[in-house]
Amino acid sequence: MNTPKALKYAKTDEWIKVEGDQAVIGITDYAQDQLSDVVFIEFMIEEGDQVSKGDPLATLESVKAASDVNFPASGTVTAIHEDLVDEPEVINSDPYEAGWMIKITLEDPSELEDLMDSESYEAYNAEREG
Amino acid sequence: MIEPTIYELSQPGRIGVTFPEADVPRTSLPREFIRSDIALPELSELDVIRHFTHLSKLNYSIDGGFYPLGSCTMKYNPKINEEVARLPSFAHTHPLQPIASVQGNLHLMYELQERLKEISGFHSISLTPAAGAQGELVGALIIKKYHQENQDPDRVKILIPDSAHGTNPATSSMSGFKVVPLPSDVRGNVDLEALKSECDETLAGLMLTNPNTLGLFDEHVETVIELVHEAGGLVYGDGANLNALLGVLRPGDVGFDVMHFNLHKTFSTPHGGGGPGSGPVGVSENLAEFLPGPIVKIFVEGDEETLPFFGFYTPKYSIGRMKAFYGHFAMHIRAFTYIAMHGPQGMREIAERAVLNANYLMTRVKEDYVLPYDRTCMHEFVVEGAWKEKPGIHALDVSKRLMDYGFHPPTNYFPLIVHEALMIEPTETESKQTLDKFVSAMKGIAIEAAEDPELLQKAPHSTPIRRCDEVKAARDLVLCCWIPED
Amino acid sequence: MMFTPHTPQEIEEMLKVIGVDKIEDLFENVPEKHRFPELDLPEPLTEMEAADELDYISSGNASTDEFISFLGAGAYNHYIPAAVDMLLRRGEFYTAYTPYQPEVSQGTLQAIFEFQTLMTELTGMDVSNASHYDGATAAAEAANLAYHFFRGKRKNILVSRAVHPQYRETIRTYMQGLENVVVLGDEDQADMSTGLQQLTGKIDNNTALVVVQYPDFFGRVIDYTNLIKIAHTQGALVCMIFNPTALGLIKPPGDYDADIAVGDGQPLGIPLSFGGPYLGIFTCKKKYVRKLAGRLVGETVDEEGQRAYVLTLTAREQHIRREKSTSNICTNQGLMALAATIYLSLLGKDGFQQVANLCYQKAHYAADQLSNIDGFELAFPETPFFHEFVLRTPKPVNEISDHLINHGIFPGYDLSEAYPEMNNHMLIAVTETLSREDIEFFAATLEEVAND
Repeated sequence: MNTPKALKYAKTDEWIKVEGDQAVIGITDYAQDQLSDVVFIEFMIEEGDQVSKGDPLATLESVKAASDVNFPASGTVTAIHEDLVDEPEVINSDPYEAGWMIKITLEDPSELEDLMDSESYEAYNAEREG
Repeated sequence: MIEPTIYELSQPGRIGVTFPEADVPRTSLPREFIRSDIALPELSELDVIRHFTHLSKLNYSIDGGFYPLGSCTMKYNPKINEEVARLPSFAHTHPLQPIASVQGNLHLMYELQERLKEISGFHSISLTPAAGAQGELVGALIIKKYHQENQDPDRVKILIPDSAHGTNPATSSMSGFKVVPLPSDVRGNVDLEALKSECDETLAGLMLTNPNTLGLFDEHVETVIELVHEAGGLVYGDGANLNALLGVLRPGDVGFDVMHFNLHKTFSTPHGGGGPGSGPVGVSENLAEFLPGPIVKIFVEGDEETLPFFGFYTPKYSIGRMKAFYGHFAMHIRAFTYIAMHGPQGMREIAERAVLNANYLMTRVKEDYVLPYDRTCMHEFVVEGAWKEKPGIHALDVSKRLMDYGFHPPTNYFPLIVHEALMIEPTETESKQTLDKFVSAMKGIAIEAAEDPELLQKAPHSTPIRRCDEVKAARDLVLCCWIPED
Repeated sequence: MMFTPHTPQEIEEMLKVIGVDKIEDLFENVPEKHRFPELDLPEPLTEMEAADELDYISSGNASTDEFISFLGAGAYNHYIPAAVDMLLRRGEFYTAYTPYQPEVSQGTLQAIFEFQTLMTELTGMDVSNASHYDGATAAAEAANLAYHFFRGKRKNILVSRAVHPQYRETIRTYMQGLENVVVLGDEDQADMSTGLQQLTGKIDNNTALVVVQYPDFFGRVIDYTNLIKIAHTQGALVCMIFNPTALGLIKPPGDYDADIAVGDGQPLGIPLSFGGPYLGIFTCKKKYVRKLAGRLVGETVDEEGQRAYVLTLTAREQHIRREKSTSNICTNQGLMALAATIYLSLLGKDGFQQVANLCYQKAHYAADQLSNIDGFELAFPETPFFHEFVLRTPKPVNEISDHLINHGIFPGYDLSEAYPEMNNHMLIAVTETLSREDIEFFAATLEEVAND
């Protein structure tokens, strides 16, 4: 399982990449593996929306499961990766780069302290598997 | 391609069934509304007969083989049911005919209502819901309305065991409730401590399947019901597993407030490849006024010479109508006939033999498969379709391989609380010989899983088609036949 | 007993394997004081006795075989070709389970796929699901879809009073579970002649869905173009409830840019059977396909590249989404959808248009004959109709019914039951099964009762 060191991780399997007060969000390699082939993504927000940590970001559907993606931090939505709607398989093949989902301007960077770093997330996954 | 579609078989100008010329003077058609064209296929009667006969041969069915499908109760569908449901005096009655002209229909519905009451211990019954899921919706809406009428609108919480069928939480959401899952304990019962902690003034009710989807009878069912009642909540019973209780226990006796029946499970009405079902609902006396109408009652009593005069009524605080007309009447006929042919002793024998078959199968299957809850089961049981020591094999592979042995797979991946679940329900109509054959198949597969896993992973090998690309089906959505341009 | 095969010998062997002495031992967990109740049910009947018993019960009915019926109002007496039931009676179809295992269910799956196709062709819409319980619940699911489409932000479901009364009740029953949803537009004061303008005037940006019927409950064929345009301007969805036979003759909902088209497929090869089981048809535009409740069959290939059919988009459904699914629906009306598929295949383009035309012609002849009787007139003489129309009678309908029934006629539906201000209005339906003689006999009998 791929767990890039530069990112932070939520217990609900979202990753967040922070650059100043801008952030990019997607789902982790572990999550896409659990879901298996994603066939559909539905975004629950629009550009410009103000969102809080925990708010629904998108719904993902695979053949055997459906999963909700939630915001790991609060902020304002600046960009939505709409192309994923036509090519949801990118989420499986490249969850951290081409599979990015949302960009936001962070409202409260201190929220990031609740998230895990890559080591903790890997340990958390090992615990879940065992 | 195995069988062409009706559009691929269509030949321009070919005619099937025709009708006589109009015997009335011609009225001109409304020009502004006339349809320009309609793309229906053009086939002869023989084309149609052959096509659907070919299609039928691609299907597995109860008439063809054993379905060990947990939670579905795939018992034999008696043929007499099909005859009586087709009696023209039943089948050719219009729902809006004058009541005096359909006393036969109402008589049957009334009798079915009464007999279902007797079997279940409930006070009142509505036959209207079209299927189990609709019956569940009725249950949830009744609970909601009951609390509303009691000026208790804060009761918004419904507790649902984690082993429950997906329709339970879906129904609760549809009814505006907040769903709170309840864990099961190590013996597969509702966790009493968890239940106690949720019993507060926001509790609307509990949805309980008993026996549950693990096939286990809750060892504390009376306590569970008492706790919910004490907290002011109601208990809804999912009657999907009633086959284990016929003549054994009446849910109304033990405190359930409302329950739905599945006529297409417990009472032998056929599954039809996915429907129609029928989901009547029974309630205790304090909920009788909330049932959906129309319900049959006696308006004028009869005597030794004459039958009563029957009619319809809708209870005073009814949650409302669930669909048009009166429910799936043709299914009522079948269920009534089934009950009439069994009588009181027959009902009990159904449950006894169903439970006997399940325990026999369980005892033999657990020799080769992990049985997470090793205690007496009711009419079904759950094993794991995977082994730690055989890592590449999943329940899916076991299921697919069973088809090569000539069996329909058991229910897969349900309930969610068992890892790689295979839920097995033999029903009472299967013989020991069939069960033994099934056990042999399961044993054979367990060995193959160790010695030749690829055989399972690529199964089935002998069915009309092989494993399907379900991802492609979802991604490249094709929901209609290709139709050639004229 | 009846259908259980066990011999005493086998039972003994099985108990030994299990490790208990008697069957009762398997029920120890059942609370003792309630265990094994005495059921007060009649003694069992053998098959022969059961056949007799059902015969006897059914003799308490009179059916459309003995009576000339002019009843419609949501259920229609059409001729069902013999081949339909012959195929439905095949055990491979009717004793099959839901096609969750495609490898052994291609028969069912392909038939549903063909059904979906036929329904989209009939309605001119993009997609159809594998069916709902009936037309009324399909309409309720349309309201459900609209509600979820707007994420609960639009709270009004606008329903025309000219929609079948039982369909409107069903929509209300389903909507009571959703927070603050209001079903309106069909208040008692809604006048049937100006009704549509009133309804259109109520559409605003709080409207999730507008529901109309086509032909409407009174049989009238109405052009909804303007209403739909206005609804779309306000961002609301429109659901047209259709009669399938009518679509053999008149323009389909797709031509009007409806978002959703639902109806009851009972007229397509399904017997009246006192109201059920029938067949809910649900079609819509492509953009709503993921919000669709109910089963969907899609085309794909298997491992060897063979064309195959599977249930698809199942992640929407209750068994996966659980409390997050938008509907709890589990079954469809499998066998009824098969009946409709076979019926339409048998009739085909020509046969289906023939039936529609016959219904139209005979209904118009009936309207002509009946309105020519003194004291009787058409309630909506200016509005086109398909095979149902409203006749105004000189006396309340319940006063003339008895006479008609005594002459072997089931008169049309008494509209005063659902429309209190219409207490001398009868809704009359005419299908291809009625002859010119039947119609003339009805007219003659009506004339008698008018002259009392």
